[in-house]
Amino acid sequence: MATEQDLQAQEKRELQRKGESTIPARTFVPTTDIFETDDALTMVMEMPGVDKTNVDINLENDVLSVAGRIDFSKYEKLQPVYTEYNIGHYRRTFSLAPNRVDQGRIKAEMKDGVLTLTLPKAEQAKPRRINVG
Amino acid sequence: MIAGLTDPFEALFRLQRELEGRRASDWLDDTTSGMGAYPPINVFQEGHDFVAIIEMPGMSRDDLELKAKGNTIRISGKKSIAYGDKVSIHRRERVAGNFDRTITVPVRIDPDAIKAELSDGILILHVPRAESDKPRTIAIT
Repeated sequence: MATEQDLQAQEKRELQRKGESTIPARTFVPTTDIFETDDALTMVMEMPGVDKTNVDINLENDVLSVAGRIDFSKYEKLQPVYTEYNIGHYRRTFSLAPNRVDQGRIKAEMKDGVLTLTLPKAEQAKPRRINVG
Repeated sequence: MIAGLTDPFEALFRLQRELEGRRASDWLDDTTSGMGAYPPINVFQEGHDFVAIIEMPGMSRDDLELKAKGNTIRISGKKSIAYGDKVSIHRRERVAGNFDRTITVPVRIDPDAIKAELSDGILILHVPRAESDKPRTIAIT
């Protein structure tokens, strides 16, 4: 339904931190889609400017955290004359339902600044059809 | 196409965005030829030349069309998001759609010498200033 509308620019959401960070760079929350099929949970995160070597994905105690770092060096010699968006690193954390994900088979793919994480469901979390006997 | 999208505020927000977009666009305005505010553009100066850095995550080369004429550059294309069949959406923040934006550079440029590179969802346009527009040092005799 929404595919044919004209695209509007989205304001980047800055990450709200509890503490202060040691580096002066700003951190933003990547725009994320999450969808589920029978077999897996898929998360798609937009992190423009992040190379695949600069992505950190951690899963610990059912908390998934994703961080993407921007290479600021290419901006060093440039003098801004007109700006519409901010640049900064990306970070976002999600709590997963306990024991729902098969942690050993998580796949991550980075393409065109978009990270796709596929989290296969654990066997006991898959939907089951129960026949009435 | 997608089931389970029942955010009652979405339509309201879309209207709000349209209203704000209208104000930002050149509709009923006679200055520039740009339409729409996507994709967001940052323009930098590098010596005599300009560098435009444009964020467009998820766009590939084939989805994008670039045209230059005079001192305007037109960026148009379509961003599409594929979810696949039989999915239930938990969170939907990314947006898809068509875009068409024209940027006008306030100096004379050399349209044939514009270089474009797309990597990691960032489009970088190197826009060289026209030779005739560069300041000249005048030798005192």
